[in-house]
Amino acid sequence: MAYLKVNSITKQFGGLVAVDKVSFEVEKDEIVSIIGPNGAGKTTIFNMLTGVYGIDSGEITFDGTPIHNTMPQNIVDIGISRTFQNIRLFPNMRVIENVLVGTHIRTKYGFIDTLFRTPRYKREEAQKTLRAIEILNSIGLGNRINDYAQNLPYGEQRKVEIARAIATDAKIILLDEPAAGMNPQESEELLRFIRELRDKGYTIILIEHDMNVVMNISDRIYVIDHGKKIAEGLPADIAGNQQVIEAYLGGVKKDA
Amino acid sequence: MDKNLEKGKSKNFILILESFIEKYKVPIAGVSALILLGLPFMGFSQYIMRIFIMIGIYSMLALGLNILTGYTGLVSLGHAGFYAIGAYTASLLSLKLGANFLVAAIGGAVLAAICGLLVSLPTLRLKGTYLSIVTLGFGEIVKMILINWDKVTNGTLGLKNIPRPSMFGLKLTLVNNGMYYLMLVLVALITLLCTLLIKSKIGRAFMSIKEDELAAIMMGIKTTRYKALAFVISAFITGITGAFYASMIGFIEPNSFTFDISTLIISIVIFGGMGTIRGMFLGSAILIAFPEVFRFLMDYRFVVYGLVLVLMMRFRPQGMLGWKSQMPYKLPKLVKESLKKNNKDNLKTQQI
Repeated sequence: MAYLKVNSITKQFGGLVAVDKVSFEVEKDEIVSIIGPNGAGKTTIFNMLTGVYGIDSGEITFDGTPIHNTMPQNIVDIGISRTFQNIRLFPNMRVIENVLVGTHIRTKYGFIDTLFRTPRYKREEAQKTLRAIEILNSIGLGNRINDYAQNLPYGEQRKVEIARAIATDAKIILLDEPAAGMNPQESEELLRFIRELRDKGYTIILIEHDMNVVMNISDRIYVIDHGKKIAEGLPADIAGNQQVIEAYLGGVKKDA
Repeated sequence: MDKNLEKGKSKNFILILESFIEKYKVPIAGVSALILLGLPFMGFSQYIMRIFIMIGIYSMLALGLNILTGYTGLVSLGHAGFYAIGAYTASLLSLKLGANFLVAAIGGAVLAAICGLLVSLPTLRLKGTYLSIVTLGFGEIVKMILINWDKVTNGTLGLKNIPRPSMFGLKLTLVNNGMYYLMLVLVALITLLCTLLIKSKIGRAFMSIKEDELAAIMMGIKTTRYKALAFVISAFITGITGAFYASMIGFIEPNSFTFDISTLIISIVIFGGMGTIRGMFLGSAILIAFPEVFRFLMDYRFVVYGLVLVLMMRFRPQGMLGWKSQMPYKLPKLVKESLKKNNKDNLKTQQI
């Protein structure tokens, strides 16, 4: 049984079929990439996985339990967290506060604990703050915890988003174009970090356009075009796949 | 370039100011407390003392609205409604059932909070201006009910002879400054409540909703629940303030709670600095004292008043005290201790 199993999911917006009977599987401790040209439906798939959109047909199961058409909050609770294509941090909050918002769902103290500053409040608040600092240190933002998120350069904002996703104690992390807008050196660093995450026991699903990143890091790749899955396999297979090249480049000359 | 330089300078200034306050916070707090406690003995007239109390009342109202608008980002234009519910409920409880002030005030606040919950439920999906219009409607509905429900509210004639609070057998009045001290106690309690709430996961959830609601949802925050909570807390604080106002002024009628009151509260919140607690006090001090101080301008003072608001929005849209703290994040005590311990351990291992 696959860890995350997506079985023939479909999403329609009016007459447009954004995602058409797409199936894929992700095993534990794996890095799986979803690639495809702009508008292929990759982000829609992420939105369906995280509960932003319901699905029109098909099913999504995580560790054997169906998770489609439930509230996004429940899906985070089950252990799937994501980042966004266009960064969505809390810009006027500090970096550490952003990450602490990520720990929110694992923080159990309530209203009364808050008002009376009970030992439970103190203990949990301390635990979560330490956890947030630990995550930020591991991602290389240890010196930035006091800064406001909006004052960080682009690459570091992406890292804060990843840190925030980790802070939810996610088992699967969905990264939506994490290398977008990064220079080669930064994306190299990101590659290393994503591998480290996998080695620590996180499962990663990646949407990415940077082929250098995708080919280097992925255990397996799924290719989506016009809402349909057109190929799947190991990076080497995908790089030579005729259909994929056509989807990206609009066909090749026969005599070439 | 120049603008950036200026920005850097003002940041530095804020940092210096904040470190100064942090360094001398005990003496500063002590002196302010002494001044506030000693005000009645400084020979101010009844009239001036009454203005001080009004400033306190509006500070509380602003603190209440600030939870909703400043932190959670939900703009309410109907807080006069909650204010009225608190005032009427408390007054009726003490007039008809002879309840003492504390019981009546809590009753008023609880009913206001329940109404806050009722308003929030159908509006949770509304955003921005749409929500504001609904709350505006709520304020008007409350007023209409107060006017037309004669049997209970006495209609446009209003409620008279609302008893003053008495505590430990002492009747608190304006003359013996009991009302002033009661105001101080209430302001202190509400400030404490707001501070405790904001510096917790609840406060962070509020702020994350204001900053980016979708991102907050994707972090697993039950945004509908927190929005309702913000409404309830905000209405509760406003309700308590209403109860206090009624017993201070002794007479309330539906026209004491018009749309003007709602706009005044939101002006204070914006003027002082949305999403700050310090700003609420300065905001209400300036906006409440202004029309009184400039009485010599007669009716022109409202022109100046409007002009001040316009200039303010042009040159300082974040509010008078609406800066973001430049001090490092305040870590919980336990965290500081464990970090210190870690550092020590690291040093030890290095030495070995």
